[in-house]
Amino acid sequence: MKRMILLGLLALGAIMVLLPFIWMVSVSLKPQAEIFTASVTLLPRAPTLANYWQAITQTEIPRYLLNGVIVTGGILVLQLLVSVPCAYALAHREFRGRGLLFAAILAALLAPFHVTAIPIFLGLAQLGWLNTYTALILPFTATAFGLFLLRQAFARIPAELIDAARVDGMGEMAIAWRIAFPLAMPTVIAFAIFSVTAHWNDLFWPMIATTDPQLATPPRGILFFRDAESGDAPGPLMAGAVLVTAPLVLAFLLSQRRFTQGLANTGLKG
Amino acid sequence: MRPRESLTSLVLTAPATLALVIFVFLPVAVVFLLAFTNYQIGAPGLGWVGLDNFEQLFGSRLGRNALLNTLTYVAIVIPASVGLGLLVALGLHALARSMPRLSDVLKAVYFLPVAATLVAMAVSWQMLLHPSLGLINTWSSALGLPAPLWLSDRGLVLYTLSAIGIWQSVGYNMVLFLAGLAAIPPALYDAAEVDGATGGWSRFWLVTWPMLGPTTLFVLVVTAASAFRVFETVATLTKGGPAFASDTIVYALYREGFVYFKAGYASAITVVFFLALLLLTALQVWVIERKVHYR
Repeated sequence: MKRMILLGLLALGAIMVLLPFIWMVSVSLKPQAEIFTASVTLLPRAPTLANYWQAITQTEIPRYLLNGVIVTGGILVLQLLVSVPCAYALAHREFRGRGLLFAAILAALLAPFHVTAIPIFLGLAQLGWLNTYTALILPFTATAFGLFLLRQAFARIPAELIDAARVDGMGEMAIAWRIAFPLAMPTVIAFAIFSVTAHWNDLFWPMIATTDPQLATPPRGILFFRDAESGDAPGPLMAGAVLVTAPLVLAFLLSQRRFTQGLANTGLKG
Repeated sequence: MRPRESLTSLVLTAPATLALVIFVFLPVAVVFLLAFTNYQIGAPGLGWVGLDNFEQLFGSRLGRNALLNTLTYVAIVIPASVGLGLLVALGLHALARSMPRLSDVLKAVYFLPVAATLVAMAVSWQMLLHPSLGLINTWSSALGLPAPLWLSDRGLVLYTLSAIGIWQSVGYNMVLFLAGLAAIPPALYDAAEVDGATGGWSRFWLVTWPMLGPTTLFVLVVTAASAFRVFETVATLTKGGPAFASDTIVYALYREGFVYFKAGYASAITVVFFLALLLLTALQVWVIERKVHYR
């Protein structure tokens, strides 16, 4: 009896959590007439894919998705290129200023991106780089969080292993990329999930750095779309929202454990 | 140390260090300087204005309103999201013993909003809460309940946004609490039982709650920090309106800085926002230190 009550409450909560997802998919499958009706229903009576067809062929949604891939991919690649060698040096090399650098990384962890937005915007404006992919990607090269996570992961690699590679004549850059990087793969993946999710979903910086709809990332694009259709085409709008949300939700459902690790168990957010 | 070795270290660390200086430390320093100026984006020059920007933020109705709204939002979201996260985690933890598969499915469902694109979900919420085409008001009218204007009623809009904020963050807190629960050694429950704590409540207060202490503190700080940053839902659903009823600190920062181009004033807002977050972190460190001392 007690268990049934518990199960009932948990299921009720789950339905409430799911409601906006169900509604988004449901409206995206409804024909126009079923949306603009006095008798609104949760599920579509005559489901159709017409809204998706319209969203894909007659709107910029595919462009926004492509931009999302370019921007999140560009950010992740740059972050790793810059962070992996540095994190390796912090974990396995002695050099002057190592303690200071690590302290600086911990200090940088305290500053969320909102704090640096105005000066970075001013700098990019000076250079004439606003409204470019560069403006969307470059400022995120510095990732204190990535440096910290990778350093912790590299530090768990036994020093003997690194020394053996050195004896074999491997260069330091090669050790960082061909020994340390693959050994820290679980951490790399957790960081990649964190980074891609954060930047795919970000609205703050794209709203500041770009005004050109051609450069809009998925969330920014959805808002361009919504403001342009101004309530006339909720069906295609919801189809667009489904298409924007789907990649990450599907990735989450396919690898839940890795995702929860990347987003929650890494211990920090935002 | 040989110079060659130092050069290698420099090659390895320089790009990341440079990136940190250019994109974190320099901007933070600049924002603190700009906060004391009247700089307008695009203006040829700027003047030193002392504390004027801070006076405007704390002294004007609009500035105080944004601060107060943010504090209200945080004050609603923290207890609700942390409390619900704990309840769901306790429920799923208990359910996992008899029905592990179902417990995993429910866990995935509760976590879904964390992975989903918040802006797209906010657009769905907007349809859900639509006065005439939305499901919520259709249902409440059918039940004979009032059908309020969730997003355009000045007295209601902040609570609607808070509810969406809770919806979005419960799953995240649940995962953290589940990890905390899994780390409690079962032997402690056996010991509590020997001491006579057989009921669910006494077991909870004697073992679970104290053992979850560090997790709870961490969850509180993380929830507070992300609630302070509320921006996406405000920008998507209300743009701070109606009549600034849902204006928050990060949205005000965006509006003043990048819509009105008042870089000086927006920098002052940034500084206040940053100091509030730092205070929160300091509080966390202080509590943890104290705990370690008294243990």
